[in-house]
Amino acid sequence: MSRAPAARRRPVAYLYLAPALAVYTAFVALPWLHTVWISLYTWDGVTIGTWNGLGNYRRVLTDSAMLAALEHALGFVLFFSLLPIAFGLLLAAVVGGRGGRRYPLTRAVLFLPQIVPLVAVGVMWRWMYGPDGTVNQALRAIGLGSLTRAWLGDFTWAYAAVGVVGTWVMTGLALVLFQSGIQRIDTSLYEAVRLDGAGPFREFAAVTLPGLRAEIRVALTVTVIAALAGFDIVYVTTAGGPGTSTTVPGVLIYRLAFTDGQVGAACALAVVLSTLICLLVLAIGRLLREDT
Amino acid sequence: MAAFALAVLLPFAGLVLAALNPSGTVVSGLAWPEHPTLATFGAAWSGAGFAGLLRNSAVVVLGVVPLSLLCAVLAGYAFATMEFRGRGALFGFLLLGLTLPYEAAVVPLYYDLRAFGLTDSPLAMVLALVGLFMPFGAFWMRRQFLALPAELLEAAALDGADSWTVLWRVLVPCTRPAITTLGLLYFLWGWNQFLLALVLIQDPAERTAPAGLGFFVGAHSINVPMLAAATLIVIAPVVLVYLCFQRHFISGMLAGAVKG
Repeated sequence: MSRAPAARRRPVAYLYLAPALAVYTAFVALPWLHTVWISLYTWDGVTIGTWNGLGNYRRVLTDSAMLAALEHALGFVLFFSLLPIAFGLLLAAVVGGRGGRRYPLTRAVLFLPQIVPLVAVGVMWRWMYGPDGTVNQALRAIGLGSLTRAWLGDFTWAYAAVGVVGTWVMTGLALVLFQSGIQRIDTSLYEAVRLDGAGPFREFAAVTLPGLRAEIRVALTVTVIAALAGFDIVYVTTAGGPGTSTTVPGVLIYRLAFTDGQVGAACALAVVLSTLICLLVLAIGRLLREDT
Repeated sequence: MAAFALAVLLPFAGLVLAALNPSGTVVSGLAWPEHPTLATFGAAWSGAGFAGLLRNSAVVVLGVVPLSLLCAVLAGYAFATMEFRGRGALFGFLLLGLTLPYEAAVVPLYYDLRAFGLTDSPLAMVLALVGLFMPFGAFWMRRQFLALPAELLEAAALDGADSWTVLWRVLVPCTRPAITTLGLLYFLWGWNQFLLALVLIQDPAERTAPAGLGFFVGAHSINVPMLAAATLIVIAPVVLVYLCFQRHFISGMLAGAVKG
C-alpha cells in the first residue's frame, strides 16, 4: 500500500502501537538499560551494590576468562556461519542454473534442526560424542579406533566438537535459503554467460554469487547472531568445560550473575556482547547491501 | 542435498533407537536395540514429571501466541498504514530488539520481576516472551500489510469505515496465512525458549519442558535410553506441528529472516 503523499497525521496510531511498545519497553528495552546501569556497579545480587565506574568493563577487556569467552564466540562464527554458508554455496554451485527441482521432503528434513529445541540438540550430541557414542562407533568402523575419545571432555577437541553441532544446526538453513534463492535467478543470465563461453567457475562467480547476495546477507546475519549469542547448546553439552575451553559469553553471563554473585561483571559482559553483535550485524548489512 | 539430509537424520535416528532400549542399558552408538521396548518412555514420563512440564509449556504458549499476535497485528497496522510523528524512530527502536541478545536483558529482568514477585509464574514468561517477540512480529505484519494493494484501503475508506473496522474486516482476513505463519513461529519460539525459562522459573513445579529436560540431563546423564526418551517427548509437540505446517514454517523463517 503506497501512502497518499498528503496523508494526514493520525494520532490514533499511538493507540494501536501502545500494547506492543508497552510490553517491549517494559520487558526488553528497560531491562537492557538496567543492564547498562548495573554494569557500572559491583553487585552480588543480594546486598546493596557499590559504584565501580568502568571497572567491570576494564575487567571484561583484561580478564582471561572473559576474553576467552568472547574469543570462543567469535571463533564459532566459523562453525555457525562460514561453514554452513560454504556448504550452501557449494550446493548452489552444483545445482547452478539448472533451476533445481523442488524436493519438499528433503527440504523439510534439512530444516528440522531449526525446529527442535536447542536443548534437545545438545542432549542428542552429548550422547553422540560420548565414549560409547555414534562418533566413536563410526571411527572404529573405519579403522580409526585410536582416535576415539570422550570428545566433549577433551581440552583440545571439545571446542571444535561443539562447533560442529552449530554447523549441523545451521547448514540446513543455508541450504534451503540458497536453494530457494537460486530459483529466483533469471535463467537467461546463465544462458548469456554460457554463450560467452564461461565455464562453471565463471558462471558461479558471475551469476550465482551476485544473484544470492540477499540470501547470503540473511544467512550471515542470522547465523552470526546465533554464534555470538548462543547459550543452549554449550550449556547442555559442556557447560563451558572442560576448564574454560568452550565457555561463551552467554554461559559466562549466566554463571556470573546467578551462581557467582558477580552481577555487575555479568552485565558489563552482556553490554559488550550486545555492542559486538550490533556492530557485526551493521557491518554485514553495509557489506552486502542490495543496491550496490 | 540428500547427503546433507542424511546427516541431519542420523542423530535423530540414533535418538529413537536409543530410546527403544530398556532404561539403564548401556547403548553403544547407532544400533538396533536388543530388547526393544516402549517402557522407557513411560519411565521418563513419570521420572521427569512430563505431565506437569508439558502442561506448563502449554500454558506459556497459549498465553504468548494470542497476546503477541494481537500486539503485532495492531503495531504492524499502525506502522504500515498511518502517518504519525516519530514513526521512523519508533520502528527503529523496535528493530533494535532483533539484534539484541537475550542474555543482555535477562539478568535485570530476573531481579526486576523478582521485586514484583512475578518470578516462578507463567505470567512472567509470557510477558517477557511477548516483549521479545514484538520486534519480529511488528516488522512481519507491517510488511504483510504493505504488500496489500492500496485500492483495498481506499475502497474501505470511501465506504466510511473507521480504522478499527478496516483492520478487522479487510486487512486481517486478507493476511490470514501470514498471521498463521507468525502464530506458528511464535509457538515454536515460545516452546523452545530455554534461557528465559531457566532464569525466570526456579520452582520445579512451574518449569517448562525444555528447562525440565535441561535439569533431567544433569540427573540422568549416564542413562542414555531414559535421556533419549525424555528428549523425544520434549521435541514431539514441535515436530508434530512442524510436520503439519511445514510450508508455513519454512517460508516464514526464510522470509522472516530477511531483515536482521
